[in-house]
Amino acid sequence: MELTLSEHDREMAAGVHGQAPALAMRILTHVAAADGALRFIDITSAHVDSCLYHGEAGLDFAERLAATGGRVAVPTTLNVSSLDLLHPDLVHADDRLRDRGRRLMAAYTAMGGTPTWTCAPYQSPRRPALGEHIAWAESNAIVFANSVLGARTDRYGDFIDICAALTGRVPETGLHLDEHRRARVVFRLVGVPDRLASAEVLYPVLGHLIGRATGTKVPAIVGLPPGVPEDALKAFGAAAASSGGVAMFHAVGTTPEAPTLEAALGGAAPEQVIDVDLAALRAARDELTTHLDGVLTAVSVGTPHFSLEEFRSLAALVSGRQVAPGVEFYVNTSREVLAAAAAEGTVHTLRLAGIDIVTDTCTYITPVLRGRNGIVMTNSGKWAWYAPGNIGVEVAFGSLIDCVDSAMAGAIIRDEAVWSG
Amino acid sequence: MAERMLLKGNAVGRVLLLDEPLSMWGGLDPETGEIIDRRHPQAGLNAAGRVLVMPAGRGSSSSSSVLAEAIRLGTAPAAIILGESDDIVLVGALVAEELYGITCPVVVADGDTYSRLRPDEEVTITPAGVAFPAVGEG
Repeated sequence: MELTLSEHDREMAAGVHGQAPALAMRILTHVAAADGALRFIDITSAHVDSCLYHGEAGLDFAERLAATGGRVAVPTTLNVSSLDLLHPDLVHADDRLRDRGRRLMAAYTAMGGTPTWTCAPYQSPRRPALGEHIAWAESNAIVFANSVLGARTDRYGDFIDICAALTGRVPETGLHLDEHRRARVVFRLVGVPDRLASAEVLYPVLGHLIGRATGTKVPAIVGLPPGVPEDALKAFGAAAASSGGVAMFHAVGTTPEAPTLEAALGGAAPEQVIDVDLAALRAARDELTTHLDGVLTAVSVGTPHFSLEEFRSLAALVSGRQVAPGVEFYVNTSREVLAAAAAEGTVHTLRLAGIDIVTDTCTYITPVLRGRNGIVMTNSGKWAWYAPGNIGVEVAFGSLIDCVDSAMAGAIIRDEAVWSG
Repeated sequence: MAERMLLKGNAVGRVLLLDEPLSMWGGLDPETGEIIDRRHPQAGLNAAGRVLVMPAGRGSSSSSSVLAEAIRLGTAPAAIILGESDDIVLVGALVAEELYGITCPVVVADGDTYSRLRPDEEVTITPAGVAFPAVGEG
């Protein structure tokens, strides 16, 4: 069996609709053949990660597509960039990075991408529904779309994301197909105290642990309370997609394709069942910290981008308090959520407390932090995993409350009670 | 066949055998070709001009961009051999070929071929697959 193209696919490949879709189809067709796909399917939206500058190659590709008339064929959101266009002074980029970052952003908006500049496109009210086929890049967005929304996207990366957006087509393969969406590995929470099981801080740690253990295999998690909040699932998925290659998970009793464990497994037996106990969780938590003894220089939250609900929680925690002198405190979020939070007044509360808000980008991918010689605290498993390598900082992981208490005190404070048996 | 050519091409280089998957983004410095992921067992080694062998791809969507940039700068591996197929690696190499006419072949090796790859041994990649040096007296 070989890949069969529709008439419209063949027209695009032949250049009938311009050079940009022809180049996109050439790449898509090569990948489809490598994956053994038999046909292409339509998508309803795309989320493009390629707008973050990693060097001239990415810029060359985008500018070639834009210069040859490339236009997106489906609604397309854009991931974080290298710059904060709303608060340009927060990013300490050199002129070259500013120039390249702006050109890359301009190329993607010229092709019709919506300037959302967020890694959390799922926080928009216009998000995909259960069963919709989409082409999303950015690992945390992929895992959220598949797992929490029940939309269907494979693990797309840079370049192929814009190819899918320009053509509206993807190979029918991977997580677009039922057979690849079922759980292969079951993780059972055993003897985890109720207080921890219902704590926000559990989720990035559990995600980190499961990502390490499962690699790219779809995991199902049993033993969580039903109806886990979206922000906890966001933190879980982002961590699991960083420490491993998790593109989909089933939280049994919460996520739409896992009303029961049997449903998550699709009627098959699991390849492996792994018990997760308090000791394993404590070890995973410790892996997310490189240093605890030292000067606290910054706190960063909002990786993935802070939600409206998280703004409310943080505002309640910091209201009437003040970040200690010498400590920087950043919240990363999207323009859309920032506007909604500002309308509710929570942004004002955060700013009064001495918190800076970063949009369009994130503190672990571009130079924002001023002090890098001390320890940065975060409640994000993803930030904790990537920042030491990316920007050369030491990191301490804690809950949102730990982060706030530490920022106010000017020293690292962690609530150990929630982690005790 | 023992190998599947995801991206065909010719290359010669010494094997750099990675014990774990490497995310190019955050893992490979495209300016130098050095492995910069501090947690990776082969951190500090340089992948430029080597035949990079790893069990699978890992992590970030941005790895395609980083690989393409390394290929543009001439710091990339001469070829990449994977234990299992990975579209993010493939697309990075495909785009670099489209833009710059430089081919970094991408190969998926089966268990038998994979297990024959020895650290530092020179291997040749052709459009037909991986060629090992002739077995000597040893």
